[in-house]
Formats: sequence, structure tokens, C-alpha cells
Amino acid sequence: MAGLELLSDQGYRLDGRKATELRKVQARMGVFAQADGSAYLEQGNTRALAVVYGPHEMRGSRSRTLHDRAAINCQYSMATFSTAERKRRPHGDRKSTEMSLHLKQTFEAAIMTQLYPRSQIDIYVKILQSDGGNYSVCVNAATLAVIDAGIPMRDYVCACSVGFVDETPLADLCYAEESVSSLSVALLPRGGQIALLQMDARLHQDHLEALMEAAMTACKGVSKVLDEVVRQHLQEAAVLNVCP
Amino acid sequence: MATAQVSEAEKVYILHGIREDLRVDGRGCEDYRHMEIETDVVSNTDGSAKVTLGHTAVLVGIKAEIGKPRPMIPNEGYLEFFVDCSANATPEFEGRGGEELGTEISNTLYKVFNNKHSVDLQSLCISPGEHCWVLYVDVLLLQCDGNLYDATSVAIKAALFSTKIPRVHISTDDEGGKEIELSDDPYDCMRIQVENVPCIVTLCKVGHRHVVDATLQEKACSVASLIISVTHKGTVTCTRKVGGGSLDPESVFEMTEAGKRVGKALHAPLMKLLQHEESLGRKTPKVGFLG
Repeated sequence: MAGLELLSDQGYRLDGRKATELRKVQARMGVFAQADGSAYLEQGNTRALAVVYGPHEMRGSRSRTLHDRAAINCQYSMATFSTAERKRRPHGDRKSTEMSLHLKQTFEAAIMTQLYPRSQIDIYVKILQSDGGNYSVCVNAATLAVIDAGIPMRDYVCACSVGFVDETPLADLCYAEESVSSLSVALLPRGGQIALLQMDARLHQDHLEALMEAAMTACKGVSKVLDEVVRQHLQEAAVLNVCP
Repeated sequence: MATAQVSEAEKVYILHGIREDLRVDGRGCEDYRHMEIETDVVSNTDGSAKVTLGHTAVLVGIKAEIGKPRPMIPNEGYLEFFVDCSANATPEFEGRGGEELGTEISNTLYKVFNNKHSVDLQSLCISPGEHCWVLYVDVLLLQCDGNLYDATSVAIKAALFSTKIPRVHISTDDEGGKEIELSDDPYDCMRIQVENVPCIVTLCKVGHRHVVDATLQEKACSVASLIISVTHKGTVTCTRKVGGGSLDPESVFEMTEAGKRVGKALHAPLMKLLQHEESLGRKTPKVGFLG
């Protein structure tokens, strides 16, 4: 490790969290009026905006039409000022394309696409500020946006990244911790189904189970927060409808 | 949505309303919609601002980097603009769809802001001919509901106001080589004078009259619009006609006069607001998108 103590002897991390502690999650649904669904979510210093359009008729080439279910179209992009070093272009690079693909796979597993044959659902996510865990923050924001759009899902999709330092699994990594090792998991918490699993580093097989366990616990923690946000939002919306 | 489709009947309704100085949302012809401004919303930029104007939402982030001055003007820094029409605003912008609009807006921004009359570019110079500050002004369109130029220019002015550039000290070593040292203290920073930074006022010609801050529906009824950048003194620094239709010289003159009037009236409350927000200090929590 490059002179960086990720976990102190007392069991605290760089930002003062315990090993299994999540960063502060704050979110809001229905940020934009024009989109069908939108949400803003910040997890620590990582901030993302997600917007959902659809389900609507297929746009562009009709060859992508699926006759038994809806096609899901994702675009991941990062604001040029989101990273410490300025990015030259917001999307279209290899990493963003890969991330778009991951998001697509995740939401194909969660959205009940068979209800909308021959249609398309667009999910656009934008990272406004990046401090690690971009994928998980995007998934969490997009889940809220899909719910805001009123599209049926099997369950919330909650994602979290975990790392492994000094024989201890760390939950919800920030940028400095992400450089060591990171496992990203997207979970459908009620059934305990995994929608996406990705590991970028080397890890001994024996540790994998502990790491997975930590990831699932973290995801369940996120799901509780998301559920609270949704309930809060619905309550506000209901009050507004009763007395406009 | 970058454009709106309006039926003939709707057009007549909007046109007749504007003739009577009463627009669909109840505004007069020279009124702006409700505007919200917040600065310092993205913490890893040197300056940032979020502006919403009706449903239009714009986020501007400014990053300062050390670069080399342009050879023709060795004692000045410069600004770089990039407008990202994100797919968040409308699915039409997906992939490369927003590039055309983005380039159009950023070219106008270069003309309006990147000159020494708007921004004190000499203060961005570190050592003439060798080093200068380059301000990368990145505009992110999050929602389009007409009048992108005005919202963008207000956001840029607010972001420039909040920009804090670290102070640098140049030391020369024995062999005459120069070394740039950034100040360690995060509060030891340089601010940009925004007094002369202009704001853009877009006037849309609808029927025989012109309106300020047109919504998408009103824009669909207009033949052409005039972009005017005005300073706080009412000086016009740049004008451009946009849109497919044509304007007669008489109305261009009238619109410029109206633009000057509106622009002058826009600056005073904007500066007051920015200074008020500044006086609240760092302790006040930022609302950002959570509010």
C-alpha cells in the first residue's frame, strides 16, 4: 500500500467510518418535471442524477425491438467537472460504455420488462461528483428514478462496493479505498438475488465468502434507506394531492 | 425536450395573448420566469452554480488549471467553454445528438465571455508567456424548457463569482529557473472580478412584438430571436440573430433597446443575491438537488 493506512489499528477508516459503516445517503425523487421519472442521490461525496423516459415506442432503429418484452436502454455519463482531473468528454469512452452495459444488465434483471412488449425504457444517469462507488450510486439513483416513473420492478435494486483490507471487508468504498480492491454487487434484497457481480482485483478464494456476506449486508442497508426515501416521497405526494 | 410542437389554434392563442402583453403563464412581455440560483454546489470544482429558470435547469462547474498563454497575448489567461447537452434533458441528446446544440451555445459563450472587457484576463496571468490560469467552464444542461442562453449566462456569472483560484508564488532558483508554488492555505485564494461580466438576454419575435424568456411553446411560435449580451451599465457587447426566420432592421433596433433595459434590470438583483449568499458563509448547508 502506498503509505496509506486504509484501516487504522483502532478499526477506523480514512474518513472515520467503521469497517461496515455506509456513507451518508441522501436522496430525492421527482427532481425534474419533464422526465417520466427522475431522482438525485448522494452517497458521501459521490453524487448522481438519474432520469427515466418510458416505456415508450421504440426510437431509432426498429431492429432492436423485442417482441416479448421491453428493451432497456442505458447511458452512463460523467460531468466533465466531476473528477479531480477534468475529463475531456462526458461519455463515449470505454469505461462509460462498459458502465452503461452493466447498468443495462442490472435493470433487465429487475424491471418487469415482459409487461411492455415492443417498447423501450430509457435510463440515463449522470455522475455530477465522483468519489468512488460510481456504479453503485448510479444503480441506487436509477432505482429511485424507475420507481418515480411508476415502472413495475421485482424489487429494489441496491448496489454497494466492498473492499478487503487487512483481513477485514470494508463496505461502501470511497475513491482512496477503491484503488486497492473492489467488488461491486447489485442485489435484489428481498429474494437475496444478485443482479450484478463484478470484481476488479485479486483475492484469495477463502475470503470471497466473507466479502460477499459483507456486500449483501451493505446492500440491505442501502435498501432500507431507499425504502424510506420512497415512502417519504409518496407521503409528500399524497399530502399535496389531498390539499393542493 | 429541446423543441415543442404547437398546433395552429395554440399558436393563435399565444400570439393574441402576446399582442395584449399577457402571456400564457400570466407574465408580461418583458418578465422572466421564477429563477433559482445556488453557488458552490459541486465541491470538487473551483467554482460552480446551479440555475433553474422555469423548468430549465443548468449546472456550471469551473475548474482552474495552469496552462500556457496564447502566443499572441502572452500576458493574459483564457477561458475554455464546453456545453454538455446531456441525455437527461431529452432522449434526443443521447449519444452524439446534443453535440450540435452544445457547439452552437459554446461558440456564443466564447464570443460573449472570453475577452478582456468581460473578465479581467490579465489577473489570470501567472508569468507572462510561460504560465497562466486556464478556466475550464463546463456547462451541463439538465433540463431544457426554453431560454437556454439566458440561464447559462446567469449560471456562468454566478459560477465565476464563486470561483476561488489558489494563490501562486513564483520563486526563482540560482540558475534562473522559475518554480511555481501553490499556496497551502485553502482560504488564501484569488477571486474573479465579475462586475463587468455580461448576461445574455434572448428576445423572441412573436407576431409584431418581442418577448423575453420565451418558453418552448412561445419559441415554436416565433420566427427568429435576437441574443444580446448586456453589462450592468447597459452596454451591449454582443448581438446575434438566431433562428430560421428574418427580422426587419426596425425591430432589431427595438429589440436591442428592450434587451438593454431588461439586461440592466437583471444584473442588480443578481449581484445582490450572490453577495447575500456569500455573506451567509460556509456554515449554511447547501440545498443542491435535495431541496
